[in-house]
Amino acid sequence: MNKIVLIAMMVFLGFSAQAQTKKNKNLKYTTEVNGNCEQCKKRIEKAAYGVPGVKTATWDVGSHQLSVILNEEKCSPADLNKAIAKAGHDTKEVKATTEDYDNLHSCCKYVRE
Amino acid sequence: MQKNIMLFAMILLSFSAFSQEDLQEVKITKKQKGIKKSFTVTANTSVITSKELLKAACCNLAESFETNPSIDVNFSDALTGTKQIKMLGLTSPYLMITEENIPSVRGASQAYGLSFTPGTWIESVQITKGAGSVINGYESISGQINTELLKPLNDIPFFLNAYGSTDSRFELNTHFNKKISDKWATSLFVHGNARVAKNDMNKDGFLDNPLGKQINVLNRYQYYNPESGLVSFINFRYMNDKKQTGEVDFDKDRDRGTTNYWGSEINTERFDVSTKIGYVFKDMPYQSIGFQNAFNSHKQDSYYGLNQYDIKQNSFYSNLIFNSIINNTMHKFSTGLNFTYDQYQEFVNLTDVSRIDNSVGAFFEYTYDNTDNFSLILGGRVDNHNRLGVFVTPRLHMRYNPWKNGVVRFSAGRGKRSANIFAENQQLFASSRTFSILDSNGKIYGLNPEIAWNYGVSFSQKFRLFNRNADAGFDLYRTDFQNQAVVDVMQSPQQVLFYDLKGSSFANSLQVEFNYELIHNLNLRTAYKYYDIQTDYLRGTFQRPLQAKHRFLGNLEYETTMNNDKQWRFDFTYNWSGKQQLPYTASNPSADQFPDFSPAYAVMNAQVTRVFSPVFEVYVGGENIGNYRQEKAILGANDPFGPNFDASIAYAPIFGQMYYAGLRFKIK
Repeated sequence: MNKIVLIAMMVFLGFSAQAQTKKNKNLKYTTEVNGNCEQCKKRIEKAAYGVPGVKTATWDVGSHQLSVILNEEKCSPADLNKAIAKAGHDTKEVKATTEDYDNLHSCCKYVRE
Repeated sequence: MQKNIMLFAMILLSFSAFSQEDLQEVKITKKQKGIKKSFTVTANTSVITSKELLKAACCNLAESFETNPSIDVNFSDALTGTKQIKMLGLTSPYLMITEENIPSVRGASQAYGLSFTPGTWIESVQITKGAGSVINGYESISGQINTELLKPLNDIPFFLNAYGSTDSRFELNTHFNKKISDKWATSLFVHGNARVAKNDMNKDGFLDNPLGKQINVLNRYQYYNPESGLVSFINFRYMNDKKQTGEVDFDKDRDRGTTNYWGSEINTERFDVSTKIGYVFKDMPYQSIGFQNAFNSHKQDSYYGLNQYDIKQNSFYSNLIFNSIINNTMHKFSTGLNFTYDQYQEFVNLTDVSRIDNSVGAFFEYTYDNTDNFSLILGGRVDNHNRLGVFVTPRLHMRYNPWKNGVVRFSAGRGKRSANIFAENQQLFASSRTFSILDSNGKIYGLNPEIAWNYGVSFSQKFRLFNRNADAGFDLYRTDFQNQAVVDVMQSPQQVLFYDLKGSSFANSLQVEFNYELIHNLNLRTAYKYYDIQTDYLRGTFQRPLQAKHRFLGNLEYETTMNNDKQWRFDFTYNWSGKQQLPYTASNPSADQFPDFSPAYAVMNAQVTRVFSPVFEVYVGGENIGNYRQEKAILGANDPFGPNFDASIAYAPIFGQMYYAGLRFKIK
């Protein structure tokens, strides 16, 4: 049992040592994305997964928080924000164009700030 | 208890290096449904929650499926009273039965194993129809049943359940729980049951259900540290079960091994140790490693009249699994290794049929989920088994939501297993049948491994009807045997034959379900099931004996709204079973014959629970309140050592109506 714990710890140490020298392969990034409903959730998450390097993406309907883990070697949070805005959803960093916003389904037309 | 704490303290010390940070526990409570069916899970899985388990007398796992449409509960035999289960019309050997994902009911424990898990220990049961996942092994053919036990970190400090019934069965369950630190917790479950009085309602001179005693103790430890990502479980378990059945006048000390009276004893002792350790990678919640190990020793000493059957199985099971993603969480995979070792010491009437089985295997399972309306699980494994050879097991599950609240599923897969013909069919020892194995070239009792393919489609839709929730659906499955260890009771009432399948054998099943909330808090659950299960026997093609072609299940539940923590709960279940093919008995004298088919019958169960407070509740109920009884339970009952004796043909309840009462006491 203890051996396994040790091995697990060693593996873990190996990973964290690597993470400090290079760009973060598992960057946790959270931002606010405007939207309304389950359909928005699907669209936002689909847009996030469309960015190469995004490993996992969850948007919470209630809090409007988009939580992402991404590989900085392949993309940046800015790429992510751009892709979300392109899908028609305003993020804290990047606003969607009026054209992209107008393409949204009627129930997804959130109130813009 | 003190010993446990001591032992625990020792383990704790060795871990103390990792247990310094604090953990924030989050508890979510919401109104639970009895059976949960997801519309976004890939496989055709339903989850029975602990709430559903409270609906029936439900003393153990075998008895917890009475209100569930996916599983049919049958009557095993006129003697042992153990309930056998079937899924898609196939008996439990064709199911993968696991406890917290470690295979539990297999090999020697096949006949009675389900009755060795007390109902109060269970947190939930997941039932998957069809081929199932490749992660736990290659043996499952028609489905998987996984039981999750109560988790020490979420458990309440003390629980007591007492139960008594008119068939003179008594049970006592006590649970103790202690949080040792914020990361360590332990539970001690003690279960005892006994049937003390002899019952013979049909006056055939034989007990309707066995006298019995069982003591069952589980001590488990759970470690959880969210900071480091480490999770661990350690379980120790001991079980001792004694049953005595047969003629009312049978005295085991005086009559064993004689023809004075016919009697039987089945004594089982079992010891289990299992450990689990899991690690979730830091900053990568989607990546984890799990390592499970289980050792168990299962020993059954038994005799059925003059037939003696002893089996001991020592097993070791090990499973290493790595879960991660490819690019992102839309593409997940699980891969790993299994190792299984089984040592059987088995004696059939003193003939030694002992053997050792071992296997190593590697699996890979890929899951695609488009996070919207489609998901797929494609799995495969390669195993090297000393008797089954080297073989590949592919499995596929798909799910598609064509529109809102609708789901279509498809599955296909292969299963392969060695049939433990004696352990799985030991109720046949309670007869004058001679056992003959007609083949001798195979590696398992002379027989070849069983191989089957299973395919299934299902559809389910939720909708609103008269402004209330409803759902309806159907599923259709087919199991095709390439080889089967055929158990032939269609040839002669004095014989049971075992041989490799010659010709075809298949099981088709259709289930149609409709569930509706009739009025607020009053739920109706209905299911109709059709089975066509045919096997080519030596004498011709027949439906599988003791399997009804048509079955119907209805369940009504009503609960009052919680008022000052007080509540009433009512539950009523109606189970109708159509005529069943019976084993061939036409060559017997007419008094010792069964017709070709059994009559159809219905069984009704009901229960009322009164919740007085979160601390205390009481329940009373009845089983088989219509008092339906199999007219003739035992053939040749007046001459149990004669050629026509057979106590293995049970198509309906033997005992008749039964009433019970119990209480639950909890300290939170």
